[in-house]
Amino acid sequence: MSDIINLTLSALVNKIKKKELSSQEITSAYIARAEKSKDLNTYITTDFDNAIEKAKKFDEKGNFDYKLPGVPIAVKDLFCTNNLKTTAGSKILSNFIPSYESTVTQHLWDEGAILLGKLNCDEFAMGSSNETSFFGNVESPVGKKVVPGGSSGGSASALAAKLTPTTIGTDTGGSIRQPASFTGTVGLKPTYGSCSRYGIVAFASSLDQAGPMTQDVSDAALMLDVISKYDSKDSTSVNFKRGDYFKSLSSNIKGKKIGIPKEYRVDGMPKEIESFWQDGITLLKKLGAKIIDISLPHTKFALPAYYIVAPAEASSNLARYDGVKYGYRSEGENLISMYENTRSEGFGDEVKRRIMIGTYVLSSGYYDAYYLKAQKIRRLIKNDFDDAYKSVDAILTPSTPNSAFKIGDKTDDPVSMYLNDIFTVPVNLSGLPAISIPAGKDKNNYPLGLQIIGKAFEEQNLLDISYSMEKELSFKNNLQDWWIK
Amino acid sequence: MSKNKEYLIKRGNSEYEVIIGLEVHAQVLSKSKLFSDSPTNFGAEPNTQVSLVDAAFPGMLPVINEFCIKQAVKTGIGLNAAINKKSIFDRKNYFYADLPQGYQISQYKDPIVGEGSILLDLPDREKKVGIERLHLEQDAGKSIHDIDPQNTLVDLNRSGVALMEIVSKPDLRSPEEVNLYIKKLRSIMRYLGTCDGNMQEGSLRADVNVSIRKTGDKKLGIRCEIKNVNSIKFMQMAIEYEANRQADILEEGGSIDQETRLFDTKKKETRSMRSKEDAHDYRYFPDPDLLPLELTDDFISKIKKEIPELPDEKKKRFVDKFKLTPYEANILVSDIETSKYFEDVIKNSDIKLATNWVTGELFALLNDRNLEISQSPISSKNLSTLINLIKDGTISGKIAKTVFEIMANESKDPKSIIDEKGLKQQSDPKEIEKIVDDVIKENPKNVELFKSGKDKLFGFFVGQVMKKTDGKANPNLVNDILKKKLN
Repeated sequence: MSDIINLTLSALVNKIKKKELSSQEITSAYIARAEKSKDLNTYITTDFDNAIEKAKKFDEKGNFDYKLPGVPIAVKDLFCTNNLKTTAGSKILSNFIPSYESTVTQHLWDEGAILLGKLNCDEFAMGSSNETSFFGNVESPVGKKVVPGGSSGGSASALAAKLTPTTIGTDTGGSIRQPASFTGTVGLKPTYGSCSRYGIVAFASSLDQAGPMTQDVSDAALMLDVISKYDSKDSTSVNFKRGDYFKSLSSNIKGKKIGIPKEYRVDGMPKEIESFWQDGITLLKKLGAKIIDISLPHTKFALPAYYIVAPAEASSNLARYDGVKYGYRSEGENLISMYENTRSEGFGDEVKRRIMIGTYVLSSGYYDAYYLKAQKIRRLIKNDFDDAYKSVDAILTPSTPNSAFKIGDKTDDPVSMYLNDIFTVPVNLSGLPAISIPAGKDKNNYPLGLQIIGKAFEEQNLLDISYSMEKELSFKNNLQDWWIK
Repeated sequence: MSKNKEYLIKRGNSEYEVIIGLEVHAQVLSKSKLFSDSPTNFGAEPNTQVSLVDAAFPGMLPVINEFCIKQAVKTGIGLNAAINKKSIFDRKNYFYADLPQGYQISQYKDPIVGEGSILLDLPDREKKVGIERLHLEQDAGKSIHDIDPQNTLVDLNRSGVALMEIVSKPDLRSPEEVNLYIKKLRSIMRYLGTCDGNMQEGSLRADVNVSIRKTGDKKLGIRCEIKNVNSIKFMQMAIEYEANRQADILEEGGSIDQETRLFDTKKKETRSMRSKEDAHDYRYFPDPDLLPLELTDDFISKIKKEIPELPDEKKKRFVDKFKLTPYEANILVSDIETSKYFEDVIKNSDIKLATNWVTGELFALLNDRNLEISQSPISSKNLSTLINLIKDGTISGKIAKTVFEIMANESKDPKSIIDEKGLKQQSDPKEIEKIVDDVIKENPKNVELFKSGKDKLFGFFVGQVMKKTDGKANPNLVNDILKKKLN
């Protein structure tokens, strides 16, 4: 059984197709491990009984031509799942059971995957350490009382702890890549418009994008094949010709031009991160890539712009949670007091903070100074990338300015928490694809990731570069299973 | 015609001019909603026309209904307005129980239609009223406070239905002009098939902006906005009340507060709803779920080709081609169904007679029975036949009225009515001559008196002939023969 959980997704798929393993065996193995890993607090809702049932059915008469035949998968609790509680990590949706399925998860089930359950995340995906969830902190398997990153913290932790062979998260400012970096896993944020947002609880609509979180780059390519599809139900979905990512994976990156942006050498960045970055550059050179120094001059404005645009959209997106139609309601003497009670009790502090910031920056008299200016900065940041891509094919940066930290270390200092996203946020503001791959470990033995940023809709290029690096890096998490009970 | 009397409010030695601007909310005629595929049927059971999008479930996204866009562009063209090739949907944020998203998707800075105009037919002249803009937005649901004593109930059937907000410039000067404006706007939209204009069902409502200023003043006064008035009559009452209220305040040396007011339809007065200070901050911003709406030239020109003849052009044609008076033409073109009916009637019958019969007898009948022309018991074909029977002398105008009445009740064709009831005009000169002879024979005294100069008795003889023929004798023939015989 320990063999099963050590297999990558693509290896599992192979074994199922060859009938060397049954869906039931695999599903049971992951469930058994999850039952012993409750201390990590990765799951908000499990659907294990149904999963076993579905696995049985798959083994009996499943279609083995599917891309994910009988593969059990747990997903971030931001994806609406038909008939299964979907909370977005919030009290206000703690009793919400959708009658519909998100497009992205539907694609998984349409390719034969089986839902294991819903994974913990920061409330409404607002956080960088999974400490804002109403359902409690998630612990990272990389170390005791260490955060897994956020907001897809439950997903990253479950994946690293081998409680699911693969998972999907959402990334608004780094919520896939930062936790991937913290847990030694691969996290891909596709180009905005690649994966449908239909049925994903919205945080900031112009930035939100679903993406795979996987054990390796091949798995990420396989997952992208499944979830990246045009959807007419999402007006921001883009109907471009998608690649055959998994099949087309190539480790030949000779002659590719990789940009190194000088603005990402930020003050106070630990030496070891600097040196990992340098190692990455050296590796790329060895692989035949051409390294080019570039400038992305507006980088320093990205984080402030992000913390205006994202809360602005969130303040409006979260207005629907008002106790009237569904979700948590706290009664009041009249409509206004019902609203106040419901939203005061239903939302946590970080969500309230962002709703207040967002409401403020959209208010009359402040709109031009904040929201409009932030949108202009956003355009400048996008222009920076466009200019850079005239001379390079992709950009290499660290994924995060630091490695994982201890639970509680940054909860009283929102700004230092927000700084976690400094390298990931510009990518969302520009709608570009980016991937974080594990590159090594720091002195605490915590993983660190490198981020490769690509051109819009050129995910294949991104995957090829990371695939070739991954082969050389041969990173291993070597977790000690200390949390297993 | 006499000059239009100016509508002025008098207070002592002062005269105030009333400045009115309208924001009309017109429901787009469309089978499905602006951003979802739910149906828009009026009067359906509460909460049966609601999708997950309309009820704002988590993760639900709006998708623009192309048909509603076409309808807005069509209306814009009908209002002689600029069509904006790029427009933006914004979110207007506010909390209310019947607003499931917590925001209304509307258009703020970049509406789909820009400036245009509407021509009003005043008694003495035409007046052009400016259109500021037309934008698309979602309707909210409905809060119902009077079913449950403890709770407010919410019906989301209307939630997400497409509305066009049509904003006029402050060009209107009287309640009567408002009446003409609304009617003309409704007429244009009905011609275009973009809004049914049904005020009872709430398909057309308006916010009315009213201010006053001393005659001769150039600067506009401070305005009050009267929200959501749903009949022309109420709009007129509200304006009348509001203008007088403002005049009273100014006359006493006070000043007008810019505010939003409600019209109480029972007390027939406006009252304050919220002041400028309490105005909502709607925090408009572009809806990130929707891309800017970009229209191609091709899209717009295709719609232009679908524009039918509109009331102004039709009126001109009726005057030029059919020689109707502008007044008659106006009456006939204001409602598209009426104009169609009229054109059907005159296909095969006399225009002058048809104009009189449609605007006279038929309108009276419809008015009497409170019917739309589409519900007329008399078909255009039957009316056309009736007119031809008058024209060719088969029946007299007087008999025709009797036949018309029977047609109104029995919906039969006039020929069979005339046959059944034997109402055909007697036009055989020999038979009439016989009857005239009888009458002369029976009234020797009167014949003598007539011949001695009592001309007035001629009518007596006509009456006698008519009496004997149950009114069916051809009156012209009777006259001719009587004259011949008596002289």
